[in-house]
Amino acid sequence: MAEIIHSKKALAVNPLKVSQTIGASLAFLGLNRSLPLMHGSQGCTAFGKVFFVRHFREPIPLQTTAMDQVSSIMGADDNVIEALRTLSDKSKPDIIGLVTTGLSETQGTDIHRCLRDFRTKFPEFAHVAVVPVSTPDYVGCLESGYALAIEALIETLVPESACVGKRPKQVNVLASAMLTPGDIEAIKEWVEAFGLRAIVVPDIGDSLDGHLVEAETSSLTIGGTPRSEIEIMGESAATLVVGPSLLKAGTILKSRTGVPDYHFAGLMGLDDCDAFTQALAEISGKPVPEKIERHRAQLQDAMVDSHFMIGFARVALAGDPDLVGMQVRFLTSMGAEIVSAVATHKHESLATLPIDKVIVGDLEDMEKEARLGGAQLIVANSHAADTASRLGLPLLRAGFPQYDHVGGYARTWVGYRGTRQALFDLSNLMLGQHHELAPYRSIYWADDRDGVSKQHVISSAAVGLVH
Amino acid sequence: MKASEIQALLDEPACTHNTKEKSGCAKPKPGATAGGCSFDGAQIALLPIADVAHIVHGPIACAGSSWDNRGTRSSGVTLYKIGMTTDLSETDVVMGRGEKRLFHAIKQAIDSYAPKAVFIYNTCVTALIGDDVGAVCKAATERWGTPVVPVDAAGFYGTKNLGNRLAGEAMFKHVIGTAEPAPVVPRADGLPTYDVNLIGEYNIAGEFWHVAPLFDELGLRILCTLSGDSRFHEVQTMHRAKVNMVVCAKALLNVARKMQDTFGQPFFEGSFYGVQDVSNALRDFARLIGAPDLTARTEVVIAREEAKAHAALEPWRARLKDKRVLLYTGGVKSWSIVSALQDLGMKVVATGTKKSTEEDKARIRELMGEDTKMIDDGSPKALLSTYHEYKADILIAGGRNLYTALKARIPFLDINQEREFGYAGYAGMSELARQLALSMESPVWAAVRKPAPWAKQSGPGTVLAA
Repeated sequence: MAEIIHSKKALAVNPLKVSQTIGASLAFLGLNRSLPLMHGSQGCTAFGKVFFVRHFREPIPLQTTAMDQVSSIMGADDNVIEALRTLSDKSKPDIIGLVTTGLSETQGTDIHRCLRDFRTKFPEFAHVAVVPVSTPDYVGCLESGYALAIEALIETLVPESACVGKRPKQVNVLASAMLTPGDIEAIKEWVEAFGLRAIVVPDIGDSLDGHLVEAETSSLTIGGTPRSEIEIMGESAATLVVGPSLLKAGTILKSRTGVPDYHFAGLMGLDDCDAFTQALAEISGKPVPEKIERHRAQLQDAMVDSHFMIGFARVALAGDPDLVGMQVRFLTSMGAEIVSAVATHKHESLATLPIDKVIVGDLEDMEKEARLGGAQLIVANSHAADTASRLGLPLLRAGFPQYDHVGGYARTWVGYRGTRQALFDLSNLMLGQHHELAPYRSIYWADDRDGVSKQHVISSAAVGLVH
Repeated sequence: MKASEIQALLDEPACTHNTKEKSGCAKPKPGATAGGCSFDGAQIALLPIADVAHIVHGPIACAGSSWDNRGTRSSGVTLYKIGMTTDLSETDVVMGRGEKRLFHAIKQAIDSYAPKAVFIYNTCVTALIGDDVGAVCKAATERWGTPVVPVDAAGFYGTKNLGNRLAGEAMFKHVIGTAEPAPVVPRADGLPTYDVNLIGEYNIAGEFWHVAPLFDELGLRILCTLSGDSRFHEVQTMHRAKVNMVVCAKALLNVARKMQDTFGQPFFEGSFYGVQDVSNALRDFARLIGAPDLTARTEVVIAREEAKAHAALEPWRARLKDKRVLLYTGGVKSWSIVSALQDLGMKVVATGTKKSTEEDKARIRELMGEDTKMIDDGSPKALLSTYHEYKADILIAGGRNLYTALKARIPFLDINQEREFGYAGYAGMSELARQLALSMESPVWAAVRKPAPWAKQSGPGTVLAA
C-alpha cells in the first residue's frame, strides 16, 4: 500500500504534467476521420499541435475555436458554432471531439448548449458526430482528460442496447493513455491469436503508428476506430478495460450495453500478461496458442537472465498514474527498488501499489528523491533528459512527450514480448553504467609508471549515458 | 615444446600430492572434458600485464573468440585490452609463412602501440606446423629493441591449469630478474618498507583495489602482482621481493617454488576472499618478514578492518544466515570462497572438486568437515540433482554454469573471472553479500516457477537433462 503525498510547493519545477485538453484530443486522434476541436484560444491548439507532432512525428489534425479578447469576455458560444459549421462543411469529419480548455471553462462555457444550438441551426450536419468533453487544464492530467473523452464518446456514440454477444468473436478494448501505437498493435495481435476481433477504443495504433499513405494531406485523422464500430460495441462478447483510468468508462459502457467487462491495471510483466491471456482463453473458449506459450516462456527466460541487472536496481520514475502503476508493479516484480515514484495526478489506483509512497508532483520532486535514494536509472518522459544528465544516470523514455528520440511512439511495452524487450533495455542501461571500482594507485608507484602518454586509456565509465 | 618439458611441469614438487594418481594436472578425457586449454590458461595468467602487446599467433579461432572477455582491470594503461592476433590464413599455414607474418606483426604492434614488451602466445596450428616462435621472438627483440617474449602454450599441450603453469614458466625464464626495482623512497611516516610479490592475483573487476591500500599502509611495497594491474617492468623485478604470496593459483606454484629455489624467497598460499582469509594473508606476510614492529601494526590494521567489515556485513548476515550454498568452482576457489561464505553465516552443502588438487581437497575437509559432499561430475544434470538433494538455496559457479542454473530456475552467483563485481578484501565481502541476496531474494523465481493460469499440469520443476 502506497501513501499518496501531494507535493506542497508553490512552484512546479520541471513540470511533468500535461493538460487534460491534450489528453482528450489524443483520444479523438485515435478515431477514424476524426478531428479534435479545442475550445480556447488559438495558442491552446498550437501548443498541442507542436506537442503531438514532435512526439509522433506525424502531421496532427487539430482545430481551435480561436477565442479572442472580445469573445473571451463577451461569450464565445458563436465561436463554437462557427467552428463546428466550418469543420463539418470543409473537412467532412465523421467525429469532432469538442474539448474545452482552461480559458473556456473559466469563462463558464456550456458546450452542451452550444452543441444543441449548432444542431438546431445546422440540421444539414446532423450526420457529423460531435462529442463534447469538459477538460479544464486546472484539473487532472493528460490521462484523466483522455479518460473523460472516452467516457463522453461512449455516452454519445454507443447506443443503449441489450444484444450482448450478438457478435461472439468481437471484443471491446478500452485502451488507456499509457498505451503506445506499438502497444495497441500488440494487443490486437494478442486478441486475434484467439480467433477474436478487437474494437480498440481509441485505436491510435491505426492512426498514429506512422505509416506513409497515398494521400499527401488530410485535415482529418487517417485510420483509428471507425465510428461504425463504436456504435456496435454493445454487440461484443466482452470488454477488456486496460488501465485503471478507464474503469469509469468501462462502467458506463457496461451499464449502457450489459457487455461483461474484465479489468487490467496494466499489461506488463508475467502476471499481467497471464491474466490477459487467461481472459482471452475464457472469452474465446480456445486453448492458449502455442505461439503465446512460447512468448511466455521467452519472457520467463529473460526474467531469470536479467534479474542480475534489475534486482536491487534503484529506479526513479515519473509519469501519469496508469503508467506509473504499470511500471512500478513490473519493476518491483523483478526485484527492483523504487526510490522515487512521481505521478502527475492523484488516482486511487496508486494507493494499491507495492511501494511506500507515491508523490503527486513534478520532475524536480523526482530529481530530489532520486538523488536522495541513490537512483541508478530513470524512467520518465523526454523532459527528464536534463534531470538524468544532472544525476549522471541513464534515462529510459516512457510516457508523453518523447521529442528528443525517434520511435518512442512505436515502442511496444506490453505483452510477453514487449515486457521482454523492456527487460533487455533496462538491463543494458544498468550494464552500460556499471559502477567500476575506483582504481587505487600505490604510494610506491612512480608518477610515470604508465609513461608520459596514456593514449591507450579506454575509459569504461559511462556516466551520464542517456537513452 | 617438448613432451618431456611438459611432463616436467606437470611434476611440480611443491605440490605435496604429486605422487597420487589423480593430480591437479590430470589428463583430459575425450568426450568428457570441460574447461579451457593451455593457451586459454596462459593468456588468462598474463593478459592483465597492462602495458604489454599480447599477440596471439595463430588463425582466428584462438584470439577471435577469447579477446576482450576478461574481467581484469588496470589503473592506467589499457594496452592489454587491445586484441592482437596474426590471424593466419590458409596460405600462411600451407606455405609456412607464419613466422614471417609474426615478425611483421610484432613490428606493427611496436610501431603502432609502443608497448613495453610484446608477448607472443603460441597456438595449436602454429605449434603443429612448427613455427619457431622462440627464434622469431629473439630476432625481433634484437631487431627492434623491445623485449619480445614467447609464451609457448599451445592448446593441445593440455589443460588450462597447465597453461597457467606454462605462462609462469615463460615469465620465470624470460622476464623475472631482468631488471632492478627503483630504490625505495623513505616514507613520510618513517615506517620501513618491505618488498613483496603477489602471484596469481588478477584484479578481477578491480577487486584488488579493495586490498591494496592496506599494503601501502603497512609498508608492504608490492613489487609485482603477477599479473593483475601489473606492468612489464614490475614482472622483471620480482626477484627482489622478500616474500611471495600465491593468491589463487596452485597453477602458478611453480613460479613461487622456482623463485624460492633460485632467489631464496619464502612463499605462502592464501586468499583475499572472506574476512578471515584477508586477515590471515596479512598475518602471513608479517610472519614471513619477521619484523615484530610489522606484526604489531598488522594486528592493529586487522582489528580495525575486521570491525569495519563486520559492521558493514551485519545487515546482510541476517538475510543470508543459514542459507545453503552449492559451490562449483575450479581449484583453489573451491575452498577460498568457502570461508568467505561461512563468514556470512551461510552453509556450504557441497563443493565441486573436479579441478581441485589433493591439497585443495584437504583444505576443504579442514574447513567444512569430513563428510562434505565433493562433486567431481560437473555435468549440469549432476549439479542440479545435488542442488535439489542437498536443498541448496543458490548455486555459485563459473559463468559456464550460469545458464544451467537459470534454465532450472535457481538463483546463481558468478564467481569466475568474467564477472563484473569485486569480492576480494574486507570491502568486497559486502558486494558478495549483496549479490547473493540479490539473486536469492529475487521475486522472479516464484514467478517463473508458477504454472500458467491455464496450465493443466503443474509447472516446471523437472530437472532439465544436460
